[in-house]
Amino acid sequence: MRLLRTRLIELVVVLFGISIITFLMIRLIPGDAVAIMLGANTEVTPERVAELRASLGLDKPILVQYVDWLAGAMTGDLGVSIWTRRPVIEEIGAHVWPTVQLTVFALVLGAGLALPLGVLMARLRGQGWDVVLQIGSVAGLTIPSFWLGIMMILALTVLAPGVQMLGYVPFSEDPLGNLARLLLPSIALALPILANLARLTRSAMLDALQQDYIRTARAKGVSERSILFKHALRNALIPFVTSVGIMAGYLLGGAIVIEQVFAIPGLGRLILGAIAERNYPLVQATILVVTVAFVLINFVVDLLYAIIDPRVRH
Amino acid sequence: MNGSPSKLLLFAAGATVLVIAIAVFAPWVAPYDPLEQNVISRLKGPSAAHWLGTDQFGRDILSRVIHGLRASLGISAAAVAVALLIGGALGLIAAYYRGWTERIAMRAMDIIFAFPVMLLAIGIIAMLGPGSTPTAIAIAVVYSPIFARLLRGPALVIAESDYVMNARSIGASDLRIIARHILPNLASVVLVQTSLLLSTAILVEASLSFLGLGTQPPSPSLGTMLSEGRNFLRLSPWSAVFSGAAILLVAFALNLLGDVLRDTLDPRLRGE
Repeated sequence: MRLLRTRLIELVVVLFGISIITFLMIRLIPGDAVAIMLGANTEVTPERVAELRASLGLDKPILVQYVDWLAGAMTGDLGVSIWTRRPVIEEIGAHVWPTVQLTVFALVLGAGLALPLGVLMARLRGQGWDVVLQIGSVAGLTIPSFWLGIMMILALTVLAPGVQMLGYVPFSEDPLGNLARLLLPSIALALPILANLARLTRSAMLDALQQDYIRTARAKGVSERSILFKHALRNALIPFVTSVGIMAGYLLGGAIVIEQVFAIPGLGRLILGAIAERNYPLVQATILVVTVAFVLINFVVDLLYAIIDPRVRH
Repeated sequence: MNGSPSKLLLFAAGATVLVIAIAVFAPWVAPYDPLEQNVISRLKGPSAAHWLGTDQFGRDILSRVIHGLRASLGISAAAVAVALLIGGALGLIAAYYRGWTERIAMRAMDIIFAFPVMLLAIGIIAMLGPGSTPTAIAIAVVYSPIFARLLRGPALVIAESDYVMNARSIGASDLRIIARHILPNLASVVLVQTSLLLSTAILVEASLSFLGLGTQPPSPSLGTMLSEGRNFLRLSPWSAVFSGAAILLVAFALNLLGDVLRDTLDPRLRGE
């Protein structure tokens, strides 16, 4: 319980800080943000500037602005898109699913393959494979996902011309088409995660295998298989779970870029479009929503960690 | 490691030095002017005259890759240096003074760290407008908390060690203790992490340029080349293939160097 209370206080502080930083984003734009926004699509006249400034609430004292904005944000009102006048929360809702799907697929793919691969890598230790594995995992870690995606498209246009692999269809409309189109981007996105988590599993396994309880289990005559998967892997899972939470944020950033490669209308598309139109309220809201979601995911992962590892609970 | 860390270290260091040398001496190494257009030989494959082929304006891809490398490495290195300076200083100060100083400094870093890297970087560039300098600033901001966190831990251990206590007891000033006694002992951590983070910074810079937020055309940049080359994938994939391969090569060399250095310098792993 004490742990939960400390974590909750930390969470509130971090969320508060995030709200201040995102709030300040529009206010810290060098020059007159309102004129810059308008300049993207229309002629800038003093009347229009005054009107938009008033509708964004930018004519009030900054503290009042912040309180209004925060109160709105907490009730789901993140303002309206300056061009379409639609609530930005709706725009985000319309683009969030492809990105969530892509991120989850890549995470499942990367994390799912990383465990067996990491265990295998730990078993291969000291058999002349170490340098190969090290070079291989560093390569996996540093291969740019967006380049890998483009190379996959290139390979497929040569090998299987005519296969539709770009774009997005909702799962509810065409389940197979949805999965087929997300396959390549998910693989491209998952590779760095796979390399990262496999390495982590390997070193955590090697660490666990050196512990006394493993020696005890061996002395008792427990089978090697059982030692590897039951005794060692369970302990290796602890750092693994923490990393998976952090990976989610990394994947999200990667997804924004991969969406451009595979023409997927997700949050990446939304935020880049908003930047091009200087639709700052939309940029700001997207960053806020995604970051808060990311922080909450990590908060839950932290709590899970405490459940898996009784040592943390106390 | 299985007995040959020195060979691998040599390889990684050699590759890194080579990449940096190419970037630094780009104007002398590149066979052509990266901006020189030649409409007659557009979108050509590799040949004796153009080793990596030409792009949609007939510009020499090899020269553009070399100059793009220079831009990417320059922006990333500047950003990581600033992040190391700001984040490292905050981490050290937090570890040394403890108490409220530490709490405030590290909380502030936690808040920046809470944003997904790419998202905050994109937000900063949205504010400042696209370009090389905003990209460098964005990367410096998102990487500062990483350095602060990485350096605070080891600095805490050193700050409580006997020799720092001794230095304090003979009246050494705080600045002297930090600069002369704590900092040198962090050299290996700094070296390893700078190398690793420079590698990922290159990937972030390339991603941002790829999205059109970083270095602006016609200046050569690896991410921008990849993004432009993508449009000509069917006609001539060379620009996309080689610009991406160059990003991989730089990031790989620096990451491997950091990785092998960590194995070599970390005494806990050495005897494993």
